[in-house]
Amino acid sequence: MELTQQAQTAEFFKRLNPNKLAQNRLDIFNQAKEALIKNGLPKLKEEEYKFTAITKTLDKAKVSLLPAEKFDISASLTRKEVIADLDADIIAFNNGVYDANLSSYSPSLNVNVEDGSTETASFKKHFGSYAKADKDAFIALNTVYAKEVVHIHLAKKEVLTKPVIFRYYQSNNQETSYPRVLITSEEFAEGAFIEQIISEEGSGYFINGLTEIYCAENTHLQYHKVQKQSKEAIEVNTLEVFQEKSSTFSSYLLSLQGGMLRNNLNITLNGSGGEANMNGLYLLNGQSHVDNHTSVDHREPHCNSNELYKGVLDDSSRGVFNGKIYVRRIAQKTNAFQQNNNILLSEDATINTKPQLEIWADDVKCSHGCTTGQLDEEALFYLQARGVGKVSARAMLLEAFAADVIANVSIDSLRNYMIDNIKERLGAHY
Amino acid sequence: MLSIKNLHANIEGTEILRGINLEVKPGEVHAIMGPNGSGKSTLASVLAGREEYEVSEGEVSFLGKDLLDLSPEDRAREGIFLAFQYPVEIPGVSSTNFLKTAVNQVREYRGQEPLDAVSFLSLMKSKMGLVEIDQKLLSRSLNEGFSGGEKKRNEIFQMAMLEPKLAILDETDSGLDIDALRIVANGVNKLKSADNATIVVTHYQRLLDYIVPDYVHVLYKGRIVKSGTKELALELEEKGYDWIKEEVDGATV
Ligand SMILES: Nc1ncnc2c1ncn2[C@@H]1O[C@H](COP(=O)(O)OP(=O)(O)O)[C@@H](O)[C@H]1O
Ligand SMILES: [Mg+2]
Repeated sequence: MELTQQAQTAEFFKRLNPNKLAQNRLDIFNQAKEALIKNGLPKLKEEEYKFTAITKTLDKAKVSLLPAEKFDISASLTRKEVIADLDADIIAFNNGVYDANLSSYSPSLNVNVEDGSTETASFKKHFGSYAKADKDAFIALNTVYAKEVVHIHLAKKEVLTKPVIFRYYQSNNQETSYPRVLITSEEFAEGAFIEQIISEEGSGYFINGLTEIYCAENTHLQYHKVQKQSKEAIEVNTLEVFQEKSSTFSSYLLSLQGGMLRNNLNITLNGSGGEANMNGLYLLNGQSHVDNHTSVDHREPHCNSNELYKGVLDDSSRGVFNGKIYVRRIAQKTNAFQQNNNILLSEDATINTKPQLEIWADDVKCSHGCTTGQLDEEALFYLQARGVGKVSARAMLLEAFAADVIANVSIDSLRNYMIDNIKERLGAHY
Repeated sequence: MLSIKNLHANIEGTEILRGINLEVKPGEVHAIMGPNGSGKSTLASVLAGREEYEVSEGEVSFLGKDLLDLSPEDRAREGIFLAFQYPVEIPGVSSTNFLKTAVNQVREYRGQEPLDAVSFLSLMKSKMGLVEIDQKLLSRSLNEGFSGGEKKRNEIFQMAMLEPKLAILDETDSGLDIDALRIVANGVNKLKSADNATIVVTHYQRLLDYIVPDYVHVLYKGRIVKSGTKELALELEEKGYDWIKEEVDGATV
């Protein structure tokens, strides 16, 4: 059965037993289920998935949308892509489900694994409030199938002493993982989060993750994600961020490998003085396909958003960038900047880039720009003329192009890990 | 050390060098002068290995090797240095890292051990003094936001670091005030030895007061149409290029 149909049949939901869900959670579940039955998965050429034929790709890979079972995570897998010198609280997921054995975090970290039968007040307030099932089929799908929700709460003025790292371990099963995370905060809290998806080379799977982040007033939160997966990996993830007054949120995404990866990042600036920074770097080769859809919604005055996405695409890799900026009528004194720059290293590599600005306020500063080009031949010759070999010279230029996207990552070990990966990908071991 | 025979080069089918002959021996300083557009930068670029230019005829040998056979980086490693007329700004590439890579790749090619961080820095210090370049410039991205004069000075600094056998200075004097000119010329003179040679491309005689050439050549329409000693430069300063143009254009008619 085709997935679009599979997702819409009652059969598909049979394994679920939503009866034990608390009322609020049950309502959200039912809304998601209805949205899914009504809309199904994205159809070919559907606007939001125009360049990323996700449903077709899932069908072709014969992926089952049923939630994957837990698997035996080998010791070698747990050692994969460990970030050197990173001292972090670890939250592990086994095929999308929280794994207590592989998780280890400070007792002071407020983590709740919510199965839905009972709900804390803050969970009830925030869960499903930002990621709306009728907006995107994969939000609906995750909402229906995520068994548990990992909820991390930062109390008032709490400053996390260590970053929290989510390690999503994936098996080779052509099934689907539905990790679900909720991060909430109270005023003046600060914290940093890192996400990695870990799989063996050659593993086929679909991971449909969803993370909601609530940034209370005056909070400072950062979310980092490194995509370095198997070449067969299929992923659609959504990061929904809701920012209150004077909060600062920064995201950093480094995409290195995967089959088809779709990243949805949606930020709502819901109070004045908010700042949202969105940084993305995709360095692709082979047949990797990475689609970044971002949106920032300026709902209140005096907010800043800065977006910088850059890509280097080799072989027959494909990149998609779509950046939406909404500035509501009352959101005067908005500063919104967006930049997307791409370098294509091969004739078969492609990029589709589209800024989408909808501005209803008049006293705003908005700018956007996108460039797509080749490596600067003049610069290349200059370096070569000093005795730097062509391969090194190329790498030096590409690294320089890419570096500013992650320059502000404040966790040294993570930034070094990113730089090492960038160098390795760009051949920059000169 | 450098021997150019009947060199023809074109860009996208337009012939720019139309039969250049030039012999440069160790220890010599050659000045190449000529009106704008005569092909001086093209000659410099072809010697340095810029790929846009197609060499259709002729030979260039450098220290016994066929220069035209070598990649730009290998030419540099063999000892050719081109100080660019328009040095390129390269944001994000640190001047220091770049130079360290360049120096060590050149050393590797020559079978020398790479310099460690300490000896590299002390080499840098000593060469910085030579061209009176500000350390602050070198902590920035390569040439980024440098003034015209700073770029030229940085070219000579790089030259000092790489210790080439043949330096080609393409209008290094243009855009320099008299003090900067003196410093740059001084740097060049200090690096001169009996084993290396310099080709100075300029269209002002001014620089030649500081870097005294053994030979002066006039390039016009892709050919060396006149050669002489430093007196030729003075004559050109006085009379301009018209008489040469007339001589050449008259003769070809
Ligand atoms: N990239 C190019 N494409 C076409 N013509 C060029 C290019 N570069 C230089 N030329 C032409 O070649 C001739 C010589 O240029 P150049 O070597 O820069 O002269 P000079 O340095 O003596 O002023 C000029 O007529 C110039 O217009
Ligand atoms: Mg010139």
